[in-house]
Amino acid sequence: MLSIKNLEVKISNKKILDQLNLEVAKGEVHVIMGTNGVGKSTLLKAISGSYETQVKGSIKLNNEELVDLSPDERACRGVFMSFQNPIEIPGVNSVYFLKTALNEQRAFANKEPIDSIHFMQTLQEKMGFLDMDKSILQRFINVGFSGGEKKKSEILQMMILEPNLILLDEIDSGLDIDALQSVAKGINQLRDENRSFILVTHYNRLLEYVHSDFVHILDGGKIVKSGDSSLAKELEQKGYKDVLKT
Amino acid sequence: MSKDIEKIISTEYKMGFETDIESDTAPLGLNEEIIRFISAKKDEPSWMLQWRLKAYEKWTQMKEPDWANLNYPKIDYQNISYYSAPKQNIESLQEVDPKILQTYERLGIPLEEQKLLAGVAVDAVFDSVSVKTTFEKELKELGIIFCSISHAIQNYPNLVKKYLASVVPIGDNFFACLNAAVFTDGTFAYIPKGVKCPMELSTYFRINALNTGQFERTLIIAQEGASVSYNEGCSAPMRDEHQLHAAVVELVALKDAQIKYSTIQNWYAGDENAKGGIYNFVTKRGKCLGDNSKISWTQVETGSAITWKYPSCLLIGDNSHGEFYSVAITSLAQQADTGSKMIHIGKNTSSTIISKGISALKGSNAYRGLVKVRPSALNARNFTQCDSLLIGNKCAAHTYPYIDVQNKNAKVEHEATTSKISDEQLFYAQSRGISEEMAISLIVNGFCKEVLNRLPMEFAVEARALLDLTLEGSVG
Repeated sequence: MLSIKNLEVKISNKKILDQLNLEVAKGEVHVIMGTNGVGKSTLLKAISGSYETQVKGSIKLNNEELVDLSPDERACRGVFMSFQNPIEIPGVNSVYFLKTALNEQRAFANKEPIDSIHFMQTLQEKMGFLDMDKSILQRFINVGFSGGEKKKSEILQMMILEPNLILLDEIDSGLDIDALQSVAKGINQLRDENRSFILVTHYNRLLEYVHSDFVHILDGGKIVKSGDSSLAKELEQKGYKDVLKT
Repeated sequence: MSKDIEKIISTEYKMGFETDIESDTAPLGLNEEIIRFISAKKDEPSWMLQWRLKAYEKWTQMKEPDWANLNYPKIDYQNISYYSAPKQNIESLQEVDPKILQTYERLGIPLEEQKLLAGVAVDAVFDSVSVKTTFEKELKELGIIFCSISHAIQNYPNLVKKYLASVVPIGDNFFACLNAAVFTDGTFAYIPKGVKCPMELSTYFRINALNTGQFERTLIIAQEGASVSYNEGCSAPMRDEHQLHAAVVELVALKDAQIKYSTIQNWYAGDENAKGGIYNFVTKRGKCLGDNSKISWTQVETGSAITWKYPSCLLIGDNSHGEFYSVAITSLAQQADTGSKMIHIGKNTSSTIISKGISALKGSNAYRGLVKVRPSALNARNFTQCDSLLIGNKCAAHTYPYIDVQNKNAKVEHEATTSKISDEQLFYAQSRGISEEMAISLIVNGFCKEVLNRLPMEFAVEARALLDLTLEGSVG
């Protein structure tokens, strides 16, 4: 599904990632771990097409090169990234924002715009599933949301847009246990054989709820060690220094 | 008719009054003869001519104001033609620049209206004519006068004499004074006592006054208990380049009367190097003369190279209320210095100013407002909110609020914000599948919602489409 080859990424002319390779097959869940500032978020930003990143190398989604596509073109092809710090957009209503996004993606797939009643029903249902406060529907997107509301709102958007490649950047940070469980529920509900995930996280605790296939350690701009979910547990016990030594 | 005028007319005629597109036009320059020429062309009564001459005399002694935050080459007032009659020689839309038609189409303007806007003679168009006559009859039955100001000068001289320049005096300012001397046409509306005008009045239905040239003069009077909503739309990019447009609008609301005046201004804006475009110097003022009267201005300013415009309210009657809702966009190299004046004179008068300025590319946008509370205005209230939105790194937003309170019981509030559409916001929206242009449109529409919601339905739809068009390609 996703094939990254010889990826070099600079931010403000500073090289963050270098010669990075990663293959993600359909239905797999990959976890990226690493110390602060090692470039985990940069990798996700590069895949989703952030303006901050200057990219060399190849990022292919289902054999289509993404590097020259704009972020919205990538989104329409099924890429979704949840933000570590979701951006506030004053003046833009949450429901309207999400409906516009869905309809833009539907238009790209030559589908009719969704009718409002059906959309609202789906939205309410998913919000119930995630145990979300309905009042955020009346607010501007991410404006005045609590940390937990922001993260849940990202998961809600993911569930509505039903992307194929899902990139979650520290979706578990700053969440209480109940919220973490809701977020994990949302992720697990979307898991199937055609959908792949890349999770960036610092902690093993999300991985107690979401089963992962591969764990990679990022260091010095590349993936230096890969393993299965036991690697994350090992990291939590020993720390990066010791694990990378062996 | 003096020999001079005859001479000018005949000279002009030789130059080809009846030939090509630019035919029925006065020679360049401004002097007493030109004013006599305009007045004669319009077959005006002598009192009107005298009024114009008085204005001209005053104007020659006035100086062009330079306090606005605007930068433009000095205007040569002797290098402008002050009279241009409707262009009647375009007979079908095929003769109109296809680019203009494309814009109309994207704005969703109906075909018949497109013809009107493009200056196609519509006398033969059955639908429009019948529409117009139907409304005319209905309005007449209610005693509402709705016609061109030229028509009013001929047919309702007493009303015109009583109210013309009663709100904006002849010598009020340089541009208003110029307008008084040379105005060519405009709208006149009179709503008699107790009548609520049953429909939105708009320039679209006043076919005879389209293509009136750059100096229009509008006068609207709402008698005791009357109410009216007037829409002035120029949703057509003008073909003309670098023209001076100096209009005057006067509103008079008597006791318990209400006037709502909505404008969509989309004159030609020039290009990104400030080449071409309309210089738009407009004086708009309403007088809440009677107790409990209300005047509301709503404007969406998307066009013009230069905009200089401060729709204002004189709140004279007790409990009278003034409103100003504005969206002004400057993109390319456009400059706007616009805002409102609320002058509180009567007791318990209140006013609201909501101004939304948007700057993109090299656009420069200034809000300039005055809230003045005279000693007589016991318990006056004003609320001003003034927001600026920046798109990109080369644009500018300025705010010049003046507050002058001379009564201790007044309550005046001013709120202002400046925000910028960030790359992060655009990326966030785009990462959800929303295109950059759509994302800007969402943000801008959200930013202006309060003002756009004030517009009548069809107008609001048109305004939204215009905002999108104006900001197209505004991010590099």
